Amino acid sequence: MSKRIIEQNAETLIFELSDQNRRSSSLAPDIDINDACNNLPEHLQRKKKLQLPQVGELQVVRHYTRLSQKNFSIDTHFYPLGSCTMKYNPRVCNTQAQLAGFTSRHPMAHSSMSQGVMSCMFDLQNMLMEATGMKQVSLTPMAGAQGEFAGIAMIRAYHDHNKELQPDKEPERSEIIVPDAAHGTNPATAVMSGYKVKEIPTNDQGDIDIDALEKMIGPQTAGIMLTNPSTLGVFERKIKLIADMIHKAGGLLYYDGANLNAILGKVKPGDMGFDVIHMNLHKTFSTPHGGGGPGSGPIGVSERLQPFVPVPIVGRNEQGYYWITEKQLPLSIGRLSAWMGNVGILLRAYIYALLLGRNGMVRVADFATLNANYLLKRLMEADFEMAFPERRASNEFILTLRKEAKEYGTTAMDFAKRLLDYGYHAPTTYFPLLVPECFLIEPTETESRDDLDAFVETLIKIRDEAEQSPNLLKDAPFELPVRRLDDVKAARELDLNFYYSKC
Amino acid sequence: MSDIPQELKYTASHEWVRIEDDGTLTVGITEHAQALLGDMVFVELPDVGDDFEAEQDCAVLESVKAASDIYCPIEGQIVAVNEELEDAPEQINVNAYHEGWIFRIQPVNADHIDELMGPDEYAELVESESH
Repeated sequence: MSKRIIEQNAETLIFELSDQNRRSSSLAPDIDINDACNNLPEHLQRKKKLQLPQVGELQVVRHYTRLSQKNFSIDTHFYPLGSCTMKYNPRVCNTQAQLAGFTSRHPMAHSSMSQGVMSCMFDLQNMLMEATGMKQVSLTPMAGAQGEFAGIAMIRAYHDHNKELQPDKEPERSEIIVPDAAHGTNPATAVMSGYKVKEIPTNDQGDIDIDALEKMIGPQTAGIMLTNPSTLGVFERKIKLIADMIHKAGGLLYYDGANLNAILGKVKPGDMGFDVIHMNLHKTFSTPHGGGGPGSGPIGVSERLQPFVPVPIVGRNEQGYYWITEKQLPLSIGRLSAWMGNVGILLRAYIYALLLGRNGMVRVADFATLNANYLLKRLMEADFEMAFPERRASNEFILTLRKEAKEYGTTAMDFAKRLLDYGYHAPTTYFPLLVPECFLIEPTETESRDDLDAFVETLIKIRDEAEQSPNLLKDAPFELPVRRLDDVKAARELDLNFYYSKC
Repeated sequence: MSDIPQELKYTASHEWVRIEDDGTLTVGITEHAQALLGDMVFVELPDVGDDFEAEQDCAVLESVKAASDIYCPIEGQIVAVNEELEDAPEQINVNAYHEGWIFRIQPVNADHIDELMGPDEYAELVESESH
């Protein structure tokens, strides 16, 4: 591919398009604004004019259409962003969740008038319990991070409760063990919950170092946070042993649901011995991904933590569905949101789970792992180096470009930027930190073999470029609206606001 | 091979340690470590007067790639910190061994200095980690 630089004009901000007295009159409300405002009490009236962009309807349409055309999305491109599971979300989940019966219901509506949506939530709780092997699921956490926080808060509540019951026997538990390869949110959550973090090393096969764990565990251990399959893209083979060791010391096991896709319908975290799990519905159950969209991070618990789950959850008796609240669960860690999580998002997950059914869930795991292993095998045959060449991939795997960095001076970041020119979203770069010059690649179950083959060919082509004309990588991207961004400046001089006064 | 000055001591977590005439120790990160971390964007320094145990995390470096803890090489008390890094963290990238120093510490027991790595041992560590 020849070096081709397309000069694209950066899209201006909508504020910069503003000109006095421009209107979108066909969309304006048909009332006398002055009249309406004058009827407001004095203290509620604005003293200064509200500074909104003044633009015509066509300008607005063109502006946002142009922006949408610059958008990179799963609807247009392959998106192998490891540990993020950028899979395709079926449209039907969206359309069904937007039925008027769902969207028009007020969150304060009495349960007698909410039986439909409550039945969906009740079924979703049960499906997630069945899929994870946990005793109870609470749908309330508003995002994965909040689910994680709820999980550790429950572990804390459990230990505090035990200490209260047996102040002399129960030790002061102050430590949470986290593997060195863990997601950054894990230690952050533990610290937020008032725990000290103990970092446990991983061996050269990607498994937890059992000897080091043995030495770390004691009466001070509150629990351990694990992702399985791990962020290294491999299954933790000694999980039963680890669970026994932690439980014997009186600690609990937390399961980070980041890689649940790889084992869905195959192995249950509950059977592995975990006491609490959070699920990222956007990864496993086809709800919109981050970037501002509402999130959802349901948690599941073992019997030990059942009394502490956040409320409300949906229960059922002869009269129908009802809310289980603090009344029935006095030891609950409480509420995480005003109502019961992001119901619109939970509905999308419910519809997706119904679409899949039991067999479909197994096929998610089948194809998530098959696609990852196919890609891993093909890249290995093409002489790319894997971080754990002897291990089978889970739903993702790690490729290291240290050889290419050494020989051609082209880093993983340079490869990532060049991939953008070829229409691929770059895989996750430089994570996990313990593998040098790495890509964490997750193809997901929704990609076809043709698309995976094309990705392999592109990586081979980029490596050829690295050898022959490394500047094609170092100066990439060439074909995007903006060239290589100044990460340092962006981090040091964060500038996200528009100020009229600067015009 | 990275630049590993002969006159310094080292830790397995890639800090360098210089023994000053007054018995205090100046600490920074090695050339190898700064190259791995990439462009620095933020440095969180300890406070002068803080006490740390050996291997306790005592500062944070944030680069465009990652945030990393800096571990105290020896038990002691912080006697000085490089405040210039707050405005110019890139000094660590530019000159890790001089302008990029992070803090100075008064060790509780000077004998513990002998437990730190010498330049040859550290060079071996860097070599083994790159395989």
